[in-house]
Amino acid sequence: MAPAVPRSGDAIFANVERVNAELFTLTYGAIVRQLLTDLEEVEEVNKQLDQMGYNIGIRLIDEFLAKSNVTRCVDFRETAEVIAKVGFKMFLGVTASVTNWDNEGTCCSLILEDNPLVDFVELPDTCQGLYYCNILSGVVRGALEMVSMKTEITWIRDMLRGDDAFELQVKLLKQVPEEYPYKDDE
Amino acid sequence: AREVSESCMDSLLTEIVSSYTNVLYASKPELAARRIEAIGYQVGHQLSERYTMERPRFSDHLEAIKFICKDFWSELFKKQIDNLKTNHRGTFVLQDDKFAWVSRMSSTDNSTSTQEPGNKTSEASSMHLYFPCGIIRGALSNLGISCAVSADISNLPACSFVIRIKV
Repeated sequence: MAPAVPRSGDAIFANVERVNAELFTLTYGAIVRQLLTDLEEVEEVNKQLDQMGYNIGIRLIDEFLAKSNVTRCVDFRETAEVIAKVGFKMFLGVTASVTNWDNEGTCCSLILEDNPLVDFVELPDTCQGLYYCNILSGVVRGALEMVSMKTEITWIRDMLRGDDAFELQVKLLKQVPEEYPYKDDE
Repeated sequence: AREVSESCMDSLLTEIVSSYTNVLYASKPELAARRIEAIGYQVGHQLSERYTMERPRFSDHLEAIKFICKDFWSELFKKQIDNLKTNHRGTFVLQDDKFAWVSRMSSTDNSTSTQEPGNKTSEASSMHLYFPCGIIRGALSNLGISCAVSADISNLPACSFVIRIKV
């Protein structure tokens, strides 16, 4: 039997090597600032952050699978729950919630009320149009792609733009069925 | 204090280096290096500002460098610098016997031969070092000390940072 899907990432987060979040947050802020200087166009910065996130996501999924013992989720609903409760917790130390499902169960929102990426961040007016946390959507997209789920991810709410939370809409575009070289009961 | 997983920080570092060296300034490694250093500089400057807020000013360069070796390094790496040397003429060598950001890198990047770092790996390692060099330069600059910082990893996993104070 495959182990049950964990419902929380607390235990995993407690056991991984951790670093000072201030260092992480300020490093991310410095990257965004440097990219704004180098690329000039906000739209280009959004793209670059998304690409960096994607690159991280396609690598991080291995660590996620190894440490979480998640083998396979029965459906996209379960996948979303696992990302929100286990994935976010195990890397960022915070938990997201999942809401706003469509009828087909292929589109939902991840809500993040506490986000270490934006501690001490205030955006100047010149940064209108910047999706400051775009690296996050890239990570989720990249990680899901590695487990055969093509998704489209959109920011619906953003606390840096005055909203009360971060809302990331995750839409499943295509799921490529995987051929497993083993059976569940092995 | 709030923490995140080490993989988050490692992933950011990897992406800073690969974005700047392979994408944004692919044909200009010197510019890429300068940008990576600049990102580190900002981080060091801000962190040093935060960590010295409630502290009296340092009386001399040595005091400031000792702060970097002990308090500052501990905040970042949960350990102190292992060895500090100086020629008493403005050059300081800070050695971390097991520097986190290169020890993990060298063990993950060379999948087969750890003994024989290829050219690509050492090039990538040196690119990774601009970030911590920038952090140290930024931290000292916030303390009113302008300097140049370079790193030496000929003795892995130890890493030495050479600080030359400008007079």
